[in-house]
Amino acid sequence: MSTTYEYVPKPALVKGDHDFGDITDMICETPLQKTPPLWYVAFGAANILLLVMLALIGYLFWEGTGVWGLNVPAGWGWAIVNFVWWVGIGHAGTLISAILFLFRQDWRTAINRFAEAMTIFAVMCAGVFPAIHVGRIWFIYWVFPIPNQMAMWPNFTSPLLWDVFAVSTYFTVSVLFWYVGLIPDFATLRDKATSKLQKITYGIFSLGWTGSFRDWWNYEKAYMILAGLATPLVLSVHTVVSFDFSVSLIPGWHSTIFPPYFVAGAIYSGFAMVLSLMIIARKIYGLEDIMNVDIMEKMNIVMMATGLLVAFAYLMEGWTAWYSGYIYEQAIFKLYVVGPYDWGFWILMFCNVVTPNFLWSKTVRRNVTLTFIISILVNIGMWFERFMIAVASLSTDFLPSSWDYYSPTWVDIWTYIGTFGLFFTFFLLFLRFFPMIAIAEVKAVMPQADPHYYEENGSNDHGKSGDNELKSNND
Amino acid sequence: MAQIFPKWVDRIPRRLLVGIIVILNAAVFGVWYFFSPEYTDVGYKPEQPVPYSHKVHVGKLGMDCQYCHTQAFDSKQANVPATQTCMNCHDQVKTGSDSLKLVRESWDTGKPIEWVRVHNLPDYAYFSHKAHVNVGVGCESCHGRIDKMEVVRQTEPLSMSWCLDCHRNPEQYVRPVSEVTTMGYDPKNQKKMGQRLVTKQNIHPPTYCQGCHY
Repeated sequence: MSTTYEYVPKPALVKGDHDFGDITDMICETPLQKTPPLWYVAFGAANILLLVMLALIGYLFWEGTGVWGLNVPAGWGWAIVNFVWWVGIGHAGTLISAILFLFRQDWRTAINRFAEAMTIFAVMCAGVFPAIHVGRIWFIYWVFPIPNQMAMWPNFTSPLLWDVFAVSTYFTVSVLFWYVGLIPDFATLRDKATSKLQKITYGIFSLGWTGSFRDWWNYEKAYMILAGLATPLVLSVHTVVSFDFSVSLIPGWHSTIFPPYFVAGAIYSGFAMVLSLMIIARKIYGLEDIMNVDIMEKMNIVMMATGLLVAFAYLMEGWTAWYSGYIYEQAIFKLYVVGPYDWGFWILMFCNVVTPNFLWSKTVRRNVTLTFIISILVNIGMWFERFMIAVASLSTDFLPSSWDYYSPTWVDIWTYIGTFGLFFTFFLLFLRFFPMIAIAEVKAVMPQADPHYYEENGSNDHGKSGDNELKSNND
Repeated sequence: MAQIFPKWVDRIPRRLLVGIIVILNAAVFGVWYFFSPEYTDVGYKPEQPVPYSHKVHVGKLGMDCQYCHTQAFDSKQANVPATQTCMNCHDQVKTGSDSLKLVRESWDTGKPIEWVRVHNLPDYAYFSHKAHVNVGVGCESCHGRIDKMEVVRQTEPLSMSWCLDCHRNPEQYVRPVSEVTTMGYDPKNQKKMGQRLVTKQNIHPPTYCQGCHY
């Protein structure tokens, strides 16, 4: 009991010598300035890809799903793989904004706005695939329980229907959550705007925010309630997505480990995507003091933890196959490893099992280039995970005589690439016109926000990280 | 700082919210009601090439449906009669009638009369008259009181939910097979009789998709 511990203050979350005004200026600069020419180049490229996607969807509607590489045992191909992949990516945002908010993880403020935007656009990309894969698109409204003259209701016992509700609820709550957080920042932009158009546009979206005590009171309550609503959704959405597979009886799908394994995988890929985008954006927009290396390291830790959970789940799949004594489960596991799609399995093993282990090293976690490479590898790995689950399990099912090798057509491939056009079109619009960091929230976690903060070393030295014991009160 | 917006703008969000809710509900109701065959199809009453009156032939003269629609009990279709059937009587009755000019023409040339189909099911719905009339679904249950129609019109929606009304509760609609062609059949004990008929004839109308769509 006699041991004494030296108090180590937490490092400041925002690096550099910034006061509140600096932060406002830094973040408001991008939306209010003139559009940089490079943005047009990027936006144009994204638009072209988006058009490719739309054209191919039109082609699909005209010709039918025969233009995809589906065959008889493999009735689910890239469309489902891409759907699960994009939905998975769309998990980081709400995890960061809701769960980390409820756990008082202040570092989330640097990336929450950014990650939520990514979430919303990723879910939009995901939503494209289940909608277009139905074959007869004009009946898509059948997924909604609308009273009709056919006395026909959706099949409420089908996980595919739960999926519709899970994803649409998630999307709605994510958008609301994102928007509520944006209101005070839109008001900041409205007040800083010089042109009439900007004033009016940001004015409309800030809903008459005055910054009064009552405004803040309502805002904080609404934000807290939405965080509470969104938290179970983070876990439920991918759980329901995993039901699409695990409720059926296909070997390799019918497994109780699927829900937690899918959720872990989703967070894993979501954090990877946030990191990939953040590393580029912070460089371009000069926000390295806010989206700093400390934040990146924390995200890397989350990514490593979920990555190892996913690796554990792979291990458990092998164990379950062996221990169950169920020959079909054993056969499918063998076919993963040395079957027709074994190349996919080994890409997956490398990207998802080997890669996160690099993050045990603090040097790697704090290295921007290596983190970027790892985040890309993780996203590739997670795509192949879904590919293995959906395609490999289906195309080698119970009856070897009906096995068939699945390969995508050019339409499959370009539709997938096209979704990046959709994603980046929206993401670039977000970067251009939205405050990409939650201005008000970042200020609240700065040392200066502490009521006991004094500019002890004179005004030239305020806010320097880690040298002030009193700053530690903000945790 | 000057105000950007006038004061009335404050009222917009609330009105917008209420408006959206109202519009969405109206849209659902609109599709549910106005897109249904009950609204679009009931009352369809095309003009026929020959002004044939069911009211006269069935209502007044008391002819049985099967005199003309001979195949209803034996095949998928309740056929429209050939000109021969008309001429069975009309080569002796009203031989000079103007209304029958087309019938006589058809009789002379051998070219059939082009009747207009009134009750038209979609191609993806398989319907068999034989399966229905032989277990006691009355003609009038689907076609209405033909004996009162000068010109035949559609009286029932023929929508899927309408089919299912009977497929789910056949005892409320079936009658003895001997009464199938009766018009204005009104048993006092439909429930009891229906129940008995369903049990006796082992009636299990399909309510799964491929019962009618295959």
